[in-house]
Amino acid sequence: MRHAKKRLVVASVLVTGLVAALTGCASGPTGGSDGNNGELTIWTHNGGNTAELAAVQAVVDGYNGSQDETTVKLQAFPQASYNDSVVAAAAASKLPCIVDIDGPNVPNWAWAKYLTPLDLSVDLSENLPSTLGIWNGETYSVGHYDVALAMFARKSVLADAGIRVATIDQPWTQEEFSDALKTLKATGNWKNPLDIGTGDVGEWYPYAFSPLLQSFGGDLIDRGEYQSADGVLNGPEALAWAEWMQSLATNDYIATKSGADPALDFQNNVTAIQYGGSWAATNNTEAIGDDLAVMPSIDLGEGSKVGGGSWQWGVTTGCANPEAAMDYLSYSLSPENIAAISVATATIPATDAAAALVPGFEEGGNLAIFREFSAKSAVLRPETPAYPFIATEFTKATQDIINGGDPQQTLEAAVKAIDANIKSNGGYTQK
Amino acid sequence: MTPTIVRPPATAVSVPTRTRNVKRDRTSKSEERAGLAMLAPAVILLALFIFVPAILAFGLAFTNARLISPYPATFVGFNNFARLLTDPTFFRALLNVGYFALVVVPMQAGLALVMAILINKQVKGTTFFRTVYFLPVVTSMVVVSLLWLFMYRQDGLINVILDRVTFGLVTGPDWLNDTSTSMPAIILMSVWQGVGFHMIIWLSGLQTIPADLYEAADLDGVSRWQRFRYITWPGLSATRSLILVTITIQALSLFTQISVMTQGGPLNSTTTVVYEAVESGFAQQETGYASAISLVFFIIVLLISVAQRFLSREKI
Repeated sequence: MRHAKKRLVVASVLVTGLVAALTGCASGPTGGSDGNNGELTIWTHNGGNTAELAAVQAVVDGYNGSQDETTVKLQAFPQASYNDSVVAAAAASKLPCIVDIDGPNVPNWAWAKYLTPLDLSVDLSENLPSTLGIWNGETYSVGHYDVALAMFARKSVLADAGIRVATIDQPWTQEEFSDALKTLKATGNWKNPLDIGTGDVGEWYPYAFSPLLQSFGGDLIDRGEYQSADGVLNGPEALAWAEWMQSLATNDYIATKSGADPALDFQNNVTAIQYGGSWAATNNTEAIGDDLAVMPSIDLGEGSKVGGGSWQWGVTTGCANPEAAMDYLSYSLSPENIAAISVATATIPATDAAAALVPGFEEGGNLAIFREFSAKSAVLRPETPAYPFIATEFTKATQDIINGGDPQQTLEAAVKAIDANIKSNGGYTQK
Repeated sequence: MTPTIVRPPATAVSVPTRTRNVKRDRTSKSEERAGLAMLAPAVILLALFIFVPAILAFGLAFTNARLISPYPATFVGFNNFARLLTDPTFFRALLNVGYFALVVVPMQAGLALVMAILINKQVKGTTFFRTVYFLPVVTSMVVVSLLWLFMYRQDGLINVILDRVTFGLVTGPDWLNDTSTSMPAIILMSVWQGVGFHMIIWLSGLQTIPADLYEAADLDGVSRWQRFRYITWPGLSATRSLILVTITIQALSLFTQISVMTQGGPLNSTTTVVYEAVESGFAQQETGYASAISLVFFIIVLLISVAQRFLSREKI
């Protein structure tokens, strides 16, 4: 009995107790100690990605070798617990000088006063706009790379089914796309001809599916004032998007829970078309070779859209020597460094100068198409501190819609929750 | 041979003399000190990691505290609770947890009792079976959930077996991805994982029943059912209330399986109160609201276990 009571208390309360301990950061972290004595720490999320970590480490080593004033130390975390670690560090006023941040979270952390505006010696106007984290008119973060979305298919499969290969100037229309899926499904070769990665719950949902919503003309939030989602996430355009998403599932064009590795399923011809990230391109090319068609996302009315904004770097308010941190970031943004990291991560280099150095991304290269997608049709996820909340609501709503929930009701519930959250935070304005 | 139960004679209360009393005071004081010193580490740890956070959480439930915010939390009265009452997901979570507990408690307790009786025999090989039944308990719930996640897939082990055994007549559903099968699937694997633990508790209860009672019953020529009904069952009354309360509390705080296997879906069919609290507290950063959920949950569990204690108390 006593043991049981203990368990009960542990289960129900310890969780929030931990949260309670973490909320001491109410007034924002100030006066950190990292950056003193010529030492400076960087935290990164890519502990599980050896290639990316090695590339970043090489940049750090290069910087340490290039001058004597500052020694930079790199600390890697597993991605799943990275955000929690930063939040805990902020609560304890122990933020490192430099952190990396997933692009859409930048406004949230800037609002919480974790980050300080950047003041770099390099010209950031050279960067793809989606590699900069801007909020309230200040630039808080900069990335070495961006990612894009694309449709992958086998040219031979499309030709057999009489489907044209989509191009940047002429992406598939909604009608064309549904005809294509119908034809592919009718062949009986694929249980679900299309894979949009429904099994990948997490940031994938808002990253991949909100551009589809935007292509219909809807959005996650009204971007005028960033105060309400009413009318945009539950309007007629959003409803059309929801019904279309649901029809993909009810027609069995997609699996409501796709496999663990959509790219692998596509390479093994378990699915005919993969709607996936640009990072899958290198692998898909290796597996399929010249038969691979890399096409832009569908035009659902308002043109083809792709998500923008990947992991970026920012300087924290806990840094005792921001100048040194800015100096390191400026160094790390040289074309050679950007190119090295982008090669390691199979992502789109942030600047033209770097792109020229990355095989495939040079003018006319087979991956250059992604830079065009990014430059031409990237839509950033809403730049508001409310984003982490919006993302969870959007993910849940999309899952429910795919699983057969009533589209209008589901969207209304999401709008209600988002609006309530923004209101309870005083509109997320900086007082 | 009739069993004789030897009861200790009622002890007479001895009236201590005055001189003995002084001496005992001294020893009892130093004993008291030693006792407190030994108690201290446990009490301090409990207070630090359980009571203080619990009280903090209760306080936070009345504020708009957030995981990440540049502003201090402010008192908002019963706002969080008002929001909770209008949140259909919360009621769905309560319903799911109630459903889970109502099925799991009798099923797990009953199955554990049957298994305990079966292996409470002095025959060869019982140790082997005890170990086998206990294996899932010592395996981490996360690992068990991951394994069952694979087994429950559309083309997973369970559906393949169904297909083979029925010669292709039955095609199993996509267990975890179907609103009508997701919760039963989770119930099944939860019972499978937890049943061994309660089997061991039943077993310890069974072994406290004196063997001579059974011998006497044999002499009287009772049936197997009577043996169970009039000797085993009454002999297990203390064990029974322990098992009832532990399984109920475990069932109500269902979380790990959900977090690993379904994330509350599809269409909220497997969401639970603790899962909602963790989601609001961490993913949605709403510490105040998550604390309110925890507080309500705490009260519900407290009421249920008090009621159970009351109903299963030893009647004199």
